[in-house]
Amino acid sequence: MSTAFSAANFSTQSFPLNHTSTTTHDSPLVFAKPTSQFLRSTPKLRLSSFSKLNLSRRSGTVVAVSDVVKQKKSKSTPTLLITKEEGLELYEDMVLGRAFEDMCAQMYYRGKMFGFVHLYNGQEAVSTGFIKLLKQQDSVVSTYRDHVHALSKGVPARAVMSELFGKTTGCCRGQGGSMHMFSREHNLLGGFAFIGEGIPIATGAAFTSKYKREVLKEADCDHVTLAFFGDGTCNNGQFFECLNMASLWKLPIVFVVENNLWAIGMSHLRATSDPQIYKKGPAFGMPGIHVDGMDVLKVREVAKEAIGRARRGEGPTLVECETYRFRGHSLADPDELRDPAEKAHYAARDPITALKKYLTENNLASESELKAIDKKIDEVVEDAVEFADESPVPPRSQLLENVFADPKGFGIGSDGRYRCEDPKFTQGTAHV
Amino acid sequence: MLAIARQRILGQSFQKIRPAVSVLRSYSSAAKQITVREALNSALDEEMSADPKVFLMGEEVGEYQGAYKITKGLLEKYGPERVLDTPITEAGFTGIGVGAAYYGLKPVVEFMTFNFSMQAIDHIINSAAKSNYMSAGQISVPIVFRGPNGAAAGVGAQHSQCYASWYASCPGLKVLSPYNSEDARGLLKAAIRDPDPVVFLENELLYGESFPVSDEVLDSSFCIPIGKAKIEREGKDVTITAFSKMVGYALKAAEILEKDGIHAEVINLRSIRPLDRSTINASVRKTNRLVTVEEGFPQHGVGAEICASVVEESFAYLDAPVERIAGADVPMPYAANLERMAVPQIEDIVRAARRACYRSVPLAAAA
Repeated sequence: MSTAFSAANFSTQSFPLNHTSTTTHDSPLVFAKPTSQFLRSTPKLRLSSFSKLNLSRRSGTVVAVSDVVKQKKSKSTPTLLITKEEGLELYEDMVLGRAFEDMCAQMYYRGKMFGFVHLYNGQEAVSTGFIKLLKQQDSVVSTYRDHVHALSKGVPARAVMSELFGKTTGCCRGQGGSMHMFSREHNLLGGFAFIGEGIPIATGAAFTSKYKREVLKEADCDHVTLAFFGDGTCNNGQFFECLNMASLWKLPIVFVVENNLWAIGMSHLRATSDPQIYKKGPAFGMPGIHVDGMDVLKVREVAKEAIGRARRGEGPTLVECETYRFRGHSLADPDELRDPAEKAHYAARDPITALKKYLTENNLASESELKAIDKKIDEVVEDAVEFADESPVPPRSQLLENVFADPKGFGIGSDGRYRCEDPKFTQGTAHV
Repeated sequence: MLAIARQRILGQSFQKIRPAVSVLRSYSSAAKQITVREALNSALDEEMSADPKVFLMGEEVGEYQGAYKITKGLLEKYGPERVLDTPITEAGFTGIGVGAAYYGLKPVVEFMTFNFSMQAIDHIINSAAKSNYMSAGQISVPIVFRGPNGAAAGVGAQHSQCYASWYASCPGLKVLSPYNSEDARGLLKAAIRDPDPVVFLENELLYGESFPVSDEVLDSSFCIPIGKAKIEREGKDVTITAFSKMVGYALKAAEILEKDGIHAEVINLRSIRPLDRSTINASVRKTNRLVTVEEGFPQHGVGAEICASVVEESFAYLDAPVERIAGADVPMPYAANLERMAVPQIEDIVRAARRACYRSVPLAAAA
C-alpha cells in the first residue's frame, strides 16, 4: 500500500501531468545559478524522504520504539522534513480548513448561507503548505475558492463564518460574501469572482513591495505576494500578461496554480493545448515547478524555495500543484462529469490522512494529540457558527456606506450641502 | 350550491393556469406552459437545425449542458463542431466569434453571466458593433451575445450588475431583454436571424418560471420584431415601463394599484436598443404620468433615456414629474437584507406610481 508521499508510484499513473521536476531542467540559458540549483534540489528531497519512509515502516512494525529511534539517529541521511511543532501547526491548519468547509456545506443546505459557495475540500495541502510560511505583511490573493486561504492567512474563523452568513460582524461587514474575502490586517487581498482577476492584483502588490524597497527606500521591505488560481485560469490572457511583467521587473511574487484538473465541468485536458502548466514559466523567463499538491510536505519544500527566491529579489516563480477538489465546483454543481474512479484515486491521497500518517509513523505526534486537535477544531468551528448565528444583520444604514473612501463622493444634495451630511442620507432607499 | 362548486373549480383551474407571475389576461384556456429555459432551448434548437451556419460557443455549453442548462441536449444533437466548449478566455473566444461572423457564420456566444462580458467588451463594441459602419457596409456581423444579466440571489457585487444601459448606449448594437417565454423564444429567434450584432440579456431568476404560450409561439417560424415594445397591461392613469424581471414586479404592482383605483399601463420594453419611443410616448400621452423601472444603477440608466425621450417628445402631456425606479447606487451587497434593499421591490414601484398620481405622502429622503 503506497503512502501519499511516494513519488515513484505517482509517476506511473496514467494522468499525463505527472512529471518530476527534473524535466523542467531543459530551460533556456537565461537562468542564474541559484535557480538551477533550486530545480535540482527538489527531486532529491523527494527521493530521500521516500527511501527513509520505507525503512522506518519496515522496522516500525517489528522493533520496539527505542530501537527505531536509535536507528533514526544513526542514519546520516537527511532528517525529518518538519519538527513536531511545525507538524502540528500544519495538521491543525488543514483540519481547520476541512472542518470549516464541511460546516459551510451543512449551513448552505440549511439555508443560512446563500449564493455561490465554492469549497476547498481536498486542496488543503496547497493552502497550508504555502501560506504557513508567510509573515503577516506578506500578501495573498485568491479566487472565489478563498475561505481556506483566508483561514490559513489568519483571518479568524468567526469572521469568515459571519461573512458567509451575511452578518455585520463578518470580515467585510457582510458586503462581500463568500467570493470576496478581504482583510487589510492579514493582507488578504481578495476573493475575486472573475477568473484571472486576482493575478494582476497580486502582481501589483508585489510591485508595491519592490517599489517600497527601491523608491521609498524602506530597505527591509521584502514582502512576498502569493497568487492562487486554478488550471482554467492558465488559459486566460491576464495570466500570461502578468507572467511577462513579473519576470521582466523581477517582482517578488509566486504564482501558485492549483491544478485540480477541472474548471466547473471542463476538463483541463479539453481546454488546454499543452496541459503542462509549469512549462509556461520558462517561456517567460522564470522557473516552472510541478509538485504533488496532495502532499503538504512536498508543497512546503517547494514553497520554501520559491518564497525564498522572491524574498531575495531573484524574481517570480510559477508553481503548479497537482491537486483535486473532493466536492463539486460549487454547492450548486451536480458534479456529474467527473469519473468516480478519478475521485476515488484522489480521495485515497487525502492530504490530511497522509500528514497524520507521517506524523504518527515518525513519532512526531501521537494519535491522542492529533485527536485533541481534531476536537479543538470542531469546537472552533461550532463556536464560529454560533457567533455568526447570533450576530446581527447589517442595519439599513449600512447600504450606502463604503462606496467611496471619501464620503463626499456622493455629491451635493438639493439643499446645497454635501449629501453625506444629511442625517437621513445613509438610511438608504432603493428607489433612487 | 352547484354555482359555488363551479366557481370553486373555476377558481382552482385559474390558480393552476396562472403562472407564478401573472402575465396575460387574455389567453386561450388550452394554453401550454413552458419555462423560459425551455423557450430558449427550443429557439436555439430550431435555429440551429434550420441554418447550418448557426453555432454555439461559450463556457460549459456542451458537455455540462450549459451552466444554467439553457443549451441542454444540443451537444448530443449537433455535435462538438457546432456546440463549442471554450476555455475560460472571454476576450479570445468572443473575438473568434466576431471573426467568424465577419465571414458569414452565425455564432451565438454565451457569457456565463454578462459580468464576464466585461473581459470581452472590446470585441463586442469595437470589433462587432462598429464594423458595419467602419467598413461602409461591406462587413456585417450577424452575431448574438447572450447570457444572464442583472442580479441573481446572493451572488455578490461582481456577479450582479445589469449591463442594459452600457450596451444600449452604443450605436451598432441591438440590445434585447425578454421577460416571459414568448419573449424569450421570439426575440432569440429574431436575434439569430438578424444580420447585426445583438446583445441578448436574459435573467437567471426567470429561467425556471413558466408562462403560458399559444400555439403560434411554438411554431418554428415565430419571431418577434426587434424594436417593438409590448403593452402587457392596458391602463389609463400611469404608464410603468420595465424590462426583464421588473416586468413581473410591475404587473404585480399594477394589481395592487388597481385596488386603489389607479389603472396602470405596463409596458414590457423587450427591446432596449432600438428603444420603442413611439409606443412609450403614445402611452404617456394617454396616461400623462410615467414611472420607469429597472434593476441596474440609476445614473445614465435605461430610465434616464426614457425620461429624456418623453420630456423631448411629450412634455406638454406630462402631468407629473417622471418617476425613476432603479437599483441602489451601490455595488450589490452580499448580505440578504441589504441585497433586498439594493434592488427595486414591488412596494417601491407602487409607491412611485402613487407619488406620480399625487396620492401619497411627500418624498422620503432620497439618496
